[in-house]
Amino acid sequence: MSGTTLRAAAEPVPALAGTVARPRAGGRLIRIRTTLFGGWLSTAITLVLAYLLFRIAWSTIEWGVVRAVWSVPYTATGAPDSTACKVLDHAGACWAVIADKYRLILFGVYPYEQQWRPLICVGLFVALYVVSAMRMFWRPRLAGIWAATLLAIGVLMWGGVLGLPFVPQDQWGGLPITLILFTFGIALAFPLAVFVALGRRAKSLPGVRVLCIVYVELIRGVPLISLLYMSNEMFPLFLPNGVNVDSLLRAQVAVILFAAAYLAEVVRGGLQALPRGQVEAADALGLSYWQRTAQIELPQALRLVIPPLVNTFIGFFKDTSLVVVIGLIDLLGAGRAAFADPVWSGFSPEVYIFIAAIFFAFCFAMSRYSRALERNLSANRNR
Amino acid sequence: MSQAVAAAIPNLPAIVLDHVDKWFGAMHVLRDVSLTVAQKERVVVCGPSGSGKSTMIRCINRLETHQKGHITVDGTELTDDTRALDTIRREVGMVFQSFNLFPHLTILENCTLAPIWVRKMPKRDAEALAMEYLTRVRIPEQAKKYPGQLSGGQQQRVAIARALCMRPKIMLFDEPTSALDPEMIKEVLDTMIGLAESGMTMVCVTHEMGFARQVADRVVFMDRGEIVEQGPPSELFGSPKTERLKLFLSQILRRD
Repeated sequence: MSGTTLRAAAEPVPALAGTVARPRAGGRLIRIRTTLFGGWLSTAITLVLAYLLFRIAWSTIEWGVVRAVWSVPYTATGAPDSTACKVLDHAGACWAVIADKYRLILFGVYPYEQQWRPLICVGLFVALYVVSAMRMFWRPRLAGIWAATLLAIGVLMWGGVLGLPFVPQDQWGGLPITLILFTFGIALAFPLAVFVALGRRAKSLPGVRVLCIVYVELIRGVPLISLLYMSNEMFPLFLPNGVNVDSLLRAQVAVILFAAAYLAEVVRGGLQALPRGQVEAADALGLSYWQRTAQIELPQALRLVIPPLVNTFIGFFKDTSLVVVIGLIDLLGAGRAAFADPVWSGFSPEVYIFIAAIFFAFCFAMSRYSRALERNLSANRNR
Repeated sequence: MSQAVAAAIPNLPAIVLDHVDKWFGAMHVLRDVSLTVAQKERVVVCGPSGSGKSTMIRCINRLETHQKGHITVDGTELTDDTRALDTIRREVGMVFQSFNLFPHLTILENCTLAPIWVRKMPKRDAEALAMEYLTRVRIPEQAKKYPGQLSGGQQQRVAIARALCMRPKIMLFDEPTSALDPEMIKEVLDTMIGLAESGMTMVCVTHEMGFARQVADRVVFMDRGEIVEQGPPSELFGSPKTERLKLFLSQILRRD
């Protein structure tokens, strides 16, 4: 049959990501030679920079490994003798401070003989992250796994049941505090953020919409530190007399509210980026608002915002260390307590490096995972 | 209720647009449009771009809301009542210019989504139904793939199958071939011709005059938001009465 087309293709066909041929090894060598040693000036700069790089690397190794003190003898009273470190006068790292104080740094002033409990909690948190990261567990029962794990962590930390001695919250500290604030923060802030993002787009519900906008703008407009102070100082004023909410819970509430405002904007960005045709197609098929949101919009929107989402998670993991300002002893706070000991005064760089390494391990793992997830989810689904 | 009415009066029209007006801001995009589509009738709507033909067809399942007049689909009037709207959207399938398949779902999942969630059909039955329609549009072998892996023509045929899986009484086509490369237009039109021959009520916005000649019972020509002329394709294309239609046809033929 003959057909007459008035308009040619109105919509551009989305192109697949272009694949650039990888240079071969030989080609790369030649390219390195031309870029680094192209002329006398670039050769000179290359040599100077290489020398500086070598010097920095060598002095780092010399300080951190070659001249480092790994352990110190203990006196008859059981106190560490840090003379060996002090004699070095920072020419070498004093890792003995970590060897002596790692339990204080990791678990704070949690009763020493009970510290296996926070240790198990850290293990549970890590296991929870690993399980959540595996797609084979992405089923409704994952929510049950989370609830059970978080409950077990609560029981272990507090005790008072199953023969575990009760440990009040003001004795908790170190890594568990950081992980609790982060994990409970994400677990509660993320669903809240999704609802706020949806509410902010609900044109037919102006009241809800205004509420969501006010919430996001208010929370984003103040620093986390002021929110923490407010939750610490003001929250108790609103509660009836005699009701006392512990400081960790107060900080947790502030952290959840803070994170949800930022996450809501990230989620909203993903929803905005969806082509209008997706919503129209779902509507035309007769899907209800919640069916459309759960089946069509959110799965696509969240996939689009994995990088900014993880970026927010990472920032947020580090922001938890701000709870130091209201007297909570997180990983960073416990580290500061370690070198407050007169025996180890002056060895803060070693402690900070140790803490930084722990933060880095968690944040780097998140970053790598998000990249793998992005690749995994976009495979076969080019549009 | 609407089904009972439809059964009682066999000649109840499928779609009635009664003096419909619509504005986008200050722009008057539909001007006093009245159109009645009988059951099993095949209507092709044509007209220059900006004539309001897409807006009109999108009013029929309320992707756009009209501001004046009445629209009745299968005996149910379109109002703000969401239950009436749900009923109508179940009975009216739509195919879009840009396909609008769900890219995160496989072809099969695209087709089973609405039957499972809206019609509450068991997954196994929905899949059997989907395979039946995918076979009818001649791409059952692509069921496990994602939309991004298919050509435009294949995607549009999936979109037709997806709409048919809801077993609609009425099918709306909004320029289904305009976004396709020329060599893919025929496969989509052939699918639509097959559908027309099966007795489906169809309203189709298209510039494919050959398709209109072959399957349309009636062609409606729109310009500047109003219906200018309508009639059987041979009459409308053979002896256009208005200057506007003559101009439109001459422009199309020059392109041919």
